[in-house]
Amino acid sequence: MKESDPPIPTAERPPLIEFRQVSRIYGRGLAEVRALDRVDLLIQAGEFVAVMGPSGSGKSTAMNILGCLDTPNAGSYRFRGVPVESLDRDQRARLRRHYLGFVFQGFNLLNRTSALENVELPLIYRHIPRAERHQRARQALAMVGLTGWEHHTPGELSGGQQQRVAIARAMVTQPSLLLADEPTGNLDTARSHEIMDLLTGLNRDQGITVLMVTHEADMADYAHRVIHFLDGRVADTRPETEAA
Amino acid sequence: MLWNAFLLALREIRRNLLRSFLTILGIVIGVAAVIVMVTLGGGATRQVASQIESLGSNLLMIRVGQHMGPGVGSSAPSFSVADALAIQREVPSARAVAPAASESITVIAGNKSWSTQVSGTDNAFFDVRNWTLESGRIFTESELHGGRSVCLIGETVRKELFGALDPLGERIRLKTMSCQVVGLLRSKGQSSMGSDQDDLVVIPLRAFQRRIAGNQDVRLIQVSVRDGESTERAKQDLERLMRERRRIQDSEQDNFSVRDMREIASMLTGTTQILTTLLTAVAAVSLLVGGIGIMNIMLVSVTERTREIGIRLAIGALEREVLLQFLVEAVVLSSLGGILGILLAIGASIGLASLLQVPFVFNGGIVVIAFLFSAAVGVIFGYFPARRAARLDPIEALRRE
Repeated sequence: MKESDPPIPTAERPPLIEFRQVSRIYGRGLAEVRALDRVDLLIQAGEFVAVMGPSGSGKSTAMNILGCLDTPNAGSYRFRGVPVESLDRDQRARLRRHYLGFVFQGFNLLNRTSALENVELPLIYRHIPRAERHQRARQALAMVGLTGWEHHTPGELSGGQQQRVAIARAMVTQPSLLLADEPTGNLDTARSHEIMDLLTGLNRDQGITVLMVTHEADMADYAHRVIHFLDGRVADTRPETEAA
Repeated sequence: MLWNAFLLALREIRRNLLRSFLTILGIVIGVAAVIVMVTLGGGATRQVASQIESLGSNLLMIRVGQHMGPGVGSSAPSFSVADALAIQREVPSARAVAPAASESITVIAGNKSWSTQVSGTDNAFFDVRNWTLESGRIFTESELHGGRSVCLIGETVRKELFGALDPLGERIRLKTMSCQVVGLLRSKGQSSMGSDQDDLVVIPLRAFQRRIAGNQDVRLIQVSVRDGESTERAKQDLERLMRERRRIQDSEQDNFSVRDMREIASMLTGTTQILTTLLTAVAAVSLLVGGIGIMNIMLVSVTERTREIGIRLAIGALEREVLLQFLVEAVVLSSLGGILGILLAIGASIGLASLLQVPFVFNGGIVVIAFLFSAAVGVIFGYFPARRAARLDPIEALRRE
């Protein structure tokens, strides 16, 4: 099968992410929960943004919408200028396949599957030939410092190593946007800083836009900008450098 | 994509080897049962057909009553020797006519006894039934005429009564009658109905009527039709003649029946085929049950792998790619079951065929059909679980532990 997805037009380089009055409501009537309430957000390509906020503040909902896993009830989300809410399930899957990489708090690697095969997974869905797949996956693992661990399964790797496999998997497709949901939440401090260095490197050297949810202020320090969510709204957005 | 799905499926099956095996066991048994039934049924049908063919397709049997089988229609009047003579005289296409009466009797020789079928008939019997002699002779005219106490015996009777001894010239006792063995019939083996054709004693009809039956009845007339003559024509001639001789009115039904061996053959093979079809249908039900087993395990598998599905969807797998993956897995499982079933069936058919003394008739068609059917079972019963997997919400799926 040949990959035939048309490239998404990128006329005049619109902002990578553009939220306009985005709302996401769960439930109805009295049980109605406004997880996101008319949020405006603008993220340019190449940024490294940290998202903070207490649980229930809407940041997870925002991340799901940003990751094209969910769609807003109201408002508009444009990704590279494309209105995501008008896309169907498969079109959003194609968008994820081509432009997005995910890193989760719980790593979310396939069990009993080698590191190499985990990293190859997104390439399989892009229909990349086997030989090229192997090569690119090996390169990605080398970049996260896991040369020699290709054939170990997640069960045989430490938490830090598993998260590095997950980062390799997210970046192997060279996505435009890497969404990291508390990537250091399950790791100790030393491991956390290693992961942050990796993400910073990806952002700096490969120009991958990184959007990271975190609870820890010292992790947010790595970002150019921090967005605070509170009660479904963006409470405050300030450049991290100024705050420091 | 298909190849990848196939490799993934194989890996998934290897991971849960025992469970996979138990899952497909239903399909294995179903496929094997269907193939064994069809193979053995085919063998039995062929055996029946070929044995009836060996009796001679130009053989017509005239029986008292309308139905075949023992104890039915015996209220109708018997035939007589005169009927046989009339047939000889008036039906030109009849080559040989053998009137017969028979009874099951315990025969005794020395200190041994054996229960067998004793038939009173004449020399035409050997002709119409294709009997040849192993040793000795057939009856002489005077023996037939005088109803002498002489007999020919079949191979089974010889073995039971005489063992290693030469039976010729020995005497055997049938009820009150003591008769001399003058001939030994060459063995024919088992008949299509599984009875031993060599288990018989033949004596002159007149001796049978006088010394055993105590009446003049003839229950069966066997007629062989001349080569090149139409059996159908001969049958019609016989029916007309017998109706006339038995004084049956036009409005009345026949109280006798004329059957052609081909008719009997098709009746018997028909019975075998119906039986085979029924048994195959029962076996096919087990295939269905096997399919439900596969559906059950695939549903369990989808639940267990919800997180994996979530990861795949988040990474950008399309709905149909996930569907395909699980569908291929179900089809690979069920096809594997089909292949194992076919191997099992071939082994079992060869073994059972030799055990039941039925020829092994390899039916390539049913093997292909059984395999395709097992694959189809995978598609049908795998579709629902696969669709459930494909429709999962990636956010929900990722949240699941």
